[in-house]
Amino acid sequence: MSEYKVKVVVRLKSVVLDPQGKTVLSALRNLGFSQVQDTRVSKFIEMDVKGDNPAIVKEQVEQMCSKLLANPVIEDYEIEVME
Amino acid sequence: MPSFGVIVFPGSNCDHDCYHVIKNVMGAECEFVWHEETSLSGLECLIIPGGFSYGDYLRAGAIARFSPIMSALKEFASRGGLVLGICNGFQVLVESGMLPGALWKNSSLRFVCKWVNIRVENSNTPFTNQIKEGEVLRIPIAHGEGNYIAEEDVVDHLKEGNRVVFRYCNEGGDATESSNPNGSVRNIAGIANEGLNVLGMMPHPERCSEEALSGRDGALIFESIISWLNGSHEAGRGKHGT
Repeated sequence: MSEYKVKVVVRLKSVVLDPQGKTVLSALRNLGFSQVQDTRVSKFIEMDVKGDNPAIVKEQVEQMCSKLLANPVIEDYEIEVME
Repeated sequence: MPSFGVIVFPGSNCDHDCYHVIKNVMGAECEFVWHEETSLSGLECLIIPGGFSYGDYLRAGAIARFSPIMSALKEFASRGGLVLGICNGFQVLVESGMLPGALWKNSSLRFVCKWVNIRVENSNTPFTNQIKEGEVLRIPIAHGEGNYIAEEDVVDHLKEGNRVVFRYCNEGGDATESSNPNGSVRNIAGIANEGLNVLGMMPHPERCSEEALSGRDGALIFESIISWLNGSHEAGRGKHGT
């Protein structure tokens, strides 16, 4: 069994208004970064997970996401398992 | 007198307010139920109080829903037991799937703490039977994540089932955009499950249940629950007994 670094990004679904992203966007523009067109704030979770192979680890992290880490009503997630 | 239970999570902070109102203002039986308990025997109505259960880490209510008490609570609700989730309690109810939708950051991004008006959309529930339909209650809110979000068809379904129980409105009872404190879809302030025995609401009825706290509109909700449990309710009677 080996240990894998896992990165999970939990982001708000595109249809859900992100007030935090909007506030960051206007702050950036106020600082003169007028080239920024949109900003959305997500959550980034890093984990060390033990498992037999990356596929099994990914499957377990999928369960963690659907059960706890993300709220499927408003959020999507992406999982990256690294050797 | 009916017996109430107030569920206490680490981080609950309106538990004593609820207990006080039920016990001392309403004169009903009340006990605290620690979240590690697994039994709810003898209780007729459970309150999930406001606060910041588990520090609101990850998402408000996301971790509390896995507390040992939650399976007993779900079982209690499925047998028709009355469950009232207030503020963080409402967040726990949506996170656990006992109510549909989600509660997201206020559109202003600010924690909003103020008095608001809500209109009673359905007075034929265990929680509102002492209030007239369309009546406006003056009641405080205090939350950072009370922006109710659900798919359009879910909201339609809620409306069709008369499950939207409270909506934010102005003094005259109109659900206007400016009376919506957090950006909730269709000004929704409180919803119920299909059986109407589980209610989640962002406003705090326990904070306005006696005149000393400048209003007692919140008491109407506790009085409704008590008359429902006593079997003496009469739907839509109105707060002045008219």
